[in-house]
Amino acid sequence: MSDETTDAPGPVTMLATPIGLDFDFTPGIAQSKFLRGLEQGKFLGQRCPVCGKVYVPSRGSCPTDGVPTTEDVELSNVGTVTTYCVVNVPFAGQSIEIPYICAQILLDGANLSFMGLLQEIPTDQIRMGMRVEAVWVEPDQLTPSLASVRYFRPVDEPDADYETYKEYL
Amino acid sequence: MPESEALHAEHHLEYPYSRSVGPVIGAFLTGLRDGKLFGVTGAGGTVIVPPTEYDPTTGDDTGEMVEVGPGGVVESWAWVSHPLRKHPLQTPFAWALIRLDGADTAMLHVVDAGGPDKLATGDRVTVKYRPASERIGAMADIEAFVPEGGAGA
Repeated sequence: MSDETTDAPGPVTMLATPIGLDFDFTPGIAQSKFLRGLEQGKFLGQRCPVCGKVYVPSRGSCPTDGVPTTEDVELSNVGTVTTYCVVNVPFAGQSIEIPYICAQILLDGANLSFMGLLQEIPTDQIRMGMRVEAVWVEPDQLTPSLASVRYFRPVDEPDADYETYKEYL
Repeated sequence: MPESEALHAEHHLEYPYSRSVGPVIGAFLTGLRDGKLFGVTGAGGTVIVPPTEYDPTTGDDTGEMVEVGPGGVVESWAWVSHPLRKHPLQTPFAWALIRLDGADTAMLHVVDAGGPDKLATGDRVTVKYRPASERIGAMADIEAFVPEGGAGA
């Protein structure tokens, strides 16, 4: 078919068939507050007026009481590892060198944990109850995104008592 | 609360699949890259375009690749007045079933006719390839079919 030229490329054997979706996303008003807090280098949550629990990030309502969470609360930069996973498996699109630790972190003052990357600790030394702090990007790099938090790292404190986080596993 | 309090972002989610095309469709796509259209012979000497590995009526292996086109006949068509972002043309066009010269089956592609009043079933059209430097071995190597003897849109 292409014998006219000697440097012709070989036969076609593969076809790129990407499936893509472009969409506009809005996180809503409550999570926008959380994201804008990240842009200022702090964790913002909301408290339920009925049960008093503090959610971070807040969805704007309390899932237990079904009422809007209207009180904004600034959380600590320090929290507790409630549980974790050491990731050893490579996968497509992986952006972090393995092995790494993916931890659920309960910030001081919060009643909801969220997932964070844990670094500056060997993977065999991670444990439940470990006290950690957020490491932020440089101030001029802060954006309304969780990418503003580079990772969490251990702080020099005794581990939290299991009783303090057993409700959040 | 005013909606402006809520953030807004554009997201793009994509699965970058690729697939192997096999010897028959591979030969067809290689032909497109080289600026040629190929079909394959099936049962009773019919010519199937785009080519398949098996004859759709008998299930037997298909035979030799044969060159078809570059002209053909519009068997059926539907006008797209408002092309979507991912459509092959960004100006109004027709999706059309085109039976290429030498073929017994019709192939789906687009006709850049200029307007729905300038296209009719039975019209002759001819292939318009992208420049050779842009062709990669894909259906989009054909930019469009255009009315035979006309300039197109």
